[in-house]
Amino acid sequence: MNNDPRTNYWLRKRLGRRAIVKAGAALAVTPALASLAAACGGDDDEPSATPGSSGSSSGDTIKVGILHSLSGTMAVSEVAVRDADLMAIEEINAAGGVLGKKLEPKVEDGASDWPTFAEKAKKLIQSDKVAVTFGCWTSASRKAVLPVFESNKALLYYPVQYEGLESSPYIFYTGATTNQQIVPSVEYLLQEGKKNFFLVGSDYVFPRTANKIIKAQLGASGGNVIAEEYTPLGHTEYATLIAKIKSSNADVIYNTLNGDSNVAFFKQLRDAGIKASDLTTMSVSIAEEEAAAIGGDVMEGHLVAWNYFQTVKTPENEKFVPAYHAFTEKSGKKRPTSDPVEAAYISVHLWAMAVEKAGTTDVEKVKEAMANLQFAAPEGMVKVHPTNHHISKTVRIGRIRSDALIDEIWATPGPVEPDPYLETYPWGAEFAKEKKA
Amino acid sequence: MPNPAPSPAPRHPGTAAALLRALLPVLLIGVLLFLAPAVLSDFRQNLLAKFLCFAILAVGIDLLWGYTGVLSLGHGVWFGLGGYAMGMYLKMEDADGRLPDFMNWSGLTSVPWFWKPFEHPWFALPMALLGPGVAAFIVGFLIFRSRVKGAYFSIITQALALILSILFVGQQQYTGGTNGLTNFSTLFGFSLADRTTQDALYYITVSLLLLTMLFALWLTRAPLGSLLVAIRDDEDRVRFSGHNVTAVKALVFAISAALAGLAGALYVPQVGIISPANMGIVPSIEFVLLVAVGGRATITGAVLGAIIVSWARSTLSENYPDTWLYLFGALFIGSVLLFPAGIVGTWRALLRTRRLPLRIPRSPLRPQLDPQGAAHE
Amino acid sequence: MDIWLQQLFNGLSLGSILLLVAIGLAFSFGLMNVINMAHGEMIMIGAYCAYLTENLVGSGGADIAFLLALPLAFAVAGAVGMALEVTLIRRLYGRPLDTLLATWGVSLVLQQLARSIFGAPNVQVTTPSWLQGGIAVTGAFTMPYIRLFIIGMVLVAILLVWLYLTRTAAGRRTRATMQNREIAAALGVRTPRVDMLTFGLGSGLAGLAGCALALIGPIGPSLGTYYIVDSFLVVILGGIGQVVGTAIAALAIGGANALLEFQLSASVAKVLVFALVIAFLQWRPAGIIARRAAR
Repeated sequence: MNNDPRTNYWLRKRLGRRAIVKAGAALAVTPALASLAAACGGDDDEPSATPGSSGSSSGDTIKVGILHSLSGTMAVSEVAVRDADLMAIEEINAAGGVLGKKLEPKVEDGASDWPTFAEKAKKLIQSDKVAVTFGCWTSASRKAVLPVFESNKALLYYPVQYEGLESSPYIFYTGATTNQQIVPSVEYLLQEGKKNFFLVGSDYVFPRTANKIIKAQLGASGGNVIAEEYTPLGHTEYATLIAKIKSSNADVIYNTLNGDSNVAFFKQLRDAGIKASDLTTMSVSIAEEEAAAIGGDVMEGHLVAWNYFQTVKTPENEKFVPAYHAFTEKSGKKRPTSDPVEAAYISVHLWAMAVEKAGTTDVEKVKEAMANLQFAAPEGMVKVHPTNHHISKTVRIGRIRSDALIDEIWATPGPVEPDPYLETYPWGAEFAKEKKA
Repeated sequence: MPNPAPSPAPRHPGTAAALLRALLPVLLIGVLLFLAPAVLSDFRQNLLAKFLCFAILAVGIDLLWGYTGVLSLGHGVWFGLGGYAMGMYLKMEDADGRLPDFMNWSGLTSVPWFWKPFEHPWFALPMALLGPGVAAFIVGFLIFRSRVKGAYFSIITQALALILSILFVGQQQYTGGTNGLTNFSTLFGFSLADRTTQDALYYITVSLLLLTMLFALWLTRAPLGSLLVAIRDDEDRVRFSGHNVTAVKALVFAISAALAGLAGALYVPQVGIISPANMGIVPSIEFVLLVAVGGRATITGAVLGAIIVSWARSTLSENYPDTWLYLFGALFIGSVLLFPAGIVGTWRALLRTRRLPLRIPRSPLRPQLDPQGAAHE
Repeated sequence: MDIWLQQLFNGLSLGSILLLVAIGLAFSFGLMNVINMAHGEMIMIGAYCAYLTENLVGSGGADIAFLLALPLAFAVAGAVGMALEVTLIRRLYGRPLDTLLATWGVSLVLQQLARSIFGAPNVQVTTPSWLQGGIAVTGAFTMPYIRLFIIGMVLVAILLVWLYLTRTAAGRRTRATMQNREIAAALGVRTPRVDMLTFGLGSGLAGLAGCALALIGPIGPSLGTYYIVDSFLVVILGGIGQVVGTAIAALAIGGANALLEFQLSASVAKVLVFALVIAFLQWRPAGIIARRAAR
């Protein structure tokens, strides 16, 4: 730029002018940095305070953190889960709070960006001193915050089905692990006589791990993997992949695509003349809201595996569904309930029950109190595992209706015990060994 | 480097006073940053450390864009490569001879050959700078050699950022996929969760930032600096006067990338994660904004811009999760349309217009308040 | 054999979409040396137009709603493009890199605007009944009507653009400005008007592409980001401001993506296509069809 003295050599001779410039630059630095320091320090506690491992239960309220993406690509899904957290907190407060104190939610935006999740987790724990945090959706965001929670000895409740093979001492998992969603759904497909699996997934950790498990399971039970295909996140051109599917002799597509890719995939599948009645698909990332966004006409007849549908018939769900509809309607748009929404709702209630049982928000005491805790959830009774921090859940297979809601067509007789490392399966040895690693 | 242009006049007055004036902003920033921990909580200090990493990177972008007029929209790649070099070392240190966790669940049975050397800090740390530097030199040389410049170059670097992040996501067994590398516990045996380790890292970051600033000040005042500005203002003329423009541009690109790599390597132990999300299109273009806001072709501007923009981003997204993207978008438009000279440039121009007419007539050659034009091909 | 025909067809289909998106970019780049980072959002605007028309017409009228949506998408995206040119890009004339940054800001704002108006989740349109299904040529080779329709639409659009450029007075003025702005201006061409119209035309074509994409993909705030980088590559490969070069480049990149993806995987295909483009530029730095000497 040409007010830089070095561009014109004759400008350099003007010593007086440079002096002013440099002094000016220095002056510009001082107030900017000073105000920055003031602004940074202003909203905080005193410096060098040690991070609270016991959480704050002083005062009239207990602060609880909520950490979800409210902007970016993941906002679509995570806003619904945040609402479930807030609704559960409202319910608990209406019933008198926890330990006689009201819960005060602190909501932070992870912005669909994993380092931001780590930053905001630190803020919730160290600055806001929350007693517990409910949050995350993607495995990547959970992996990003995991060291933060572990090193600060703080608690995270994670509400989404995931790829398993993890049990952090500071995380409670209220969504399904693989043996509560993927493994039973593959068993179901095998029972139905589907032998040749075409695995389609977005290119990230969950689909890759899920497919690795499916391959091991099929290898042990007589099924075949015809092909395993991954597309980048956000991929929207599926004509080629569909051509590959058509030229294969697959009789089921096991789909772990994520987000926008599902829309393109199912629309283009239909355009290629493949209907749900021609070729079965089983999806594990499409719940009520996603199905509605793709379109009931496109999704009708396709299968999904979850622990909960809005149509589940339990007394608890009869209260839960209208409550959630009313709650989301207040803040704008009425949303359907879905599996992650329900799991988030469970997580807040389980934590509150554990605090009441322990008589304190102290993390270690709450962890002890969590073991074997039972809760009558909308999906049915759930129970916290004594050691692995997961909960038992009923597994359901559903068929999507033309109105984008899901009908249950199969379910396990009762809740399935969580087994994140697949130790109870004879073919799971290669996964079980990771527990020690 | 080819011979620099012969200097038509004494380059600097060389007096102690002039030197002091040039170093004053560096000194001031240094003092403030060394004192900052006294008023900041752990969390905010850690945040500031992260911004300072971006400041190092911003100085690199400034050298490339502000001084040489080459806009890279792919600096996330170099930042990421530096970060991954550090992350690989931390992961190897953590694993301590066993297989890093993500390789385990992605089905590898042994550490791949190119991971092995990263267990030694003497290899990993230089690689954080040299890796991006050398890679950028090669890429830059190939692109500049075909006389690709201007927006063309920007678009190609942007595609590079996209492609590399897709590649890193896809090679999960080697890179950790979308999750990236995370869950580190120690650095050279010191616990990363420890207060003192983080303090030490903070002061190391500040020191390296100051060194970077000094290096950039020296570079832009050295003969090479004049050559860079000359390339920015009229590349063909420099080429015709016998300079190897391709090599010079590739060299600056490499220096800039190495600084980005350094920033990435410092970022990882303090933030605790490096992932393809750090390398993609969006972070890359946001890096450029740091310099645009602070003021291009001023080293102080790049540093101030990095700190102020990152801080604003963090605060805005905390307080206005729904509207901050509007503000962020407006910042892009406003900084280019209304304040193209950035904070420092505008400040200087203000200072000048107020004082100058009394003393020296304004340059008849170029309008004072439009510091633009020259920043482009 | 069938499968190769299918892949050729798929490549043609992807290439035609890329062409429709890239042609506007190529124009603005050839004419004003400007890269519009908000071009992808014109696609998004077009897609939301399809959604809006369907809602206005009512669910019963899906068959005609789509036909109405096409001109609407062209008009709305074109108007937004012209507004963008007049309010922003014109002010940054001669500063192409600054335009790049400013239009990126515009793209952020437009995406967030879409989020505020339509909500963050995707919306959906119903495919008109006359576009459902396809022609089954042989067992493994199907040509979906939607894809055929898109290819046809692109052909017509490009033909019209070509006629506009070569057979109308306005088109001649555009070409003159592209070849030498100063001389054209000296001969009485109102170049600012040419800039605005050309920019509007390019944006309108992207809107048209968005309207078509609404049928085969998601309609959401980030729709534009999915196609934009590939379109940039098309422009670079095709050569500045060249209709023919852009067309060849679009088909080449579409075809290469489809064929490589079939052999390998989608991620690797993207990486390879990028590497091929860079390699090609080593050989022909100015793209497939180089612009003649005039600046």
